[in-house]
Amino acid sequence: MAAAARALINVPPKARRGEVIGIKSLISHEMETGFRPNATGQLIPRNIIKEFVCTYNGVEVFRAEFFPAVSANPFVAFTTRATESGTITMTWTGDNGFHASESVAIVVE
Amino acid sequence: MVATRRRFLIGAGGVVLATALPDVSAHAQSQERAAAMAAAIKSVAGENPLQQGRIKIESPMTDADHVKAIHVFTEKNPQPNVAAFQLGPRAGTANIQTRMRLADTQLVVAVAEMSDGTFWRDEVEVVVTMAACLEES
Repeated sequence: MAAAARALINVPPKARRGEVIGIKSLISHEMETGFRPNATGQLIPRNIIKEFVCTYNGVEVFRAEFFPAVSANPFVAFTTRATESGTITMTWTGDNGFHASESVAIVVE
Repeated sequence: MVATRRRFLIGAGGVVLATALPDVSAHAQSQERAAAMAAAIKSVAGENPLQQGRIKIESPMTDADHVKAIHVFTEKNPQPNVAAFQLGPRAGTANIQTRMRLADTQLVVAVAEMSDGTFWRDEVEVVVTMAACLEES
């Protein structure tokens, strides 16, 4: 359960100043809903990612709150405006102390 | 074991039966679920009137006029909330993709909160042939 989650993020490495860029993120996580029974009929406890935050050079540009209806291995695609060269960081937090973070550099010219 | 045509038909019949059985109490349950969804939407929008349409949002996404948040709800899932996205003028466009689980064929509702304080709502009927969130593991 505490195994390191594999996260994939896709950000264009280069962009023009002011350009709207597409960002895609995918993280491996079972997103157990808490509504499913196991083989003995007991409910499997909920284990989901609750929050996803994207920061651009430390400034929050996108945030998502997830509920159990979000699919396993949550995928989110969104856009942001390329303002300056720097780092785009995505952070996922969830049940059972789940925490994962991934960063990528972007060059804006 | 070779999966014969007969075996497949038996298997398929079992699925139909399993999905038909819960329908006995489905009417009361669906009213309950619809109420739960309405309550969840109210928790987001408060008493603000919800204006129909516009969820394919065309917004200039400027400081003065942008989409603040998009919330997604379902009618028949065990819990009405699906996801809430917070955006801002830096998003450039109000364009988000994600993937969700649906328990049954049902309405999926999106509510957008604009920077001027208005709320917009739109919905789409999604046909589900296999439920994903309640099956046994």
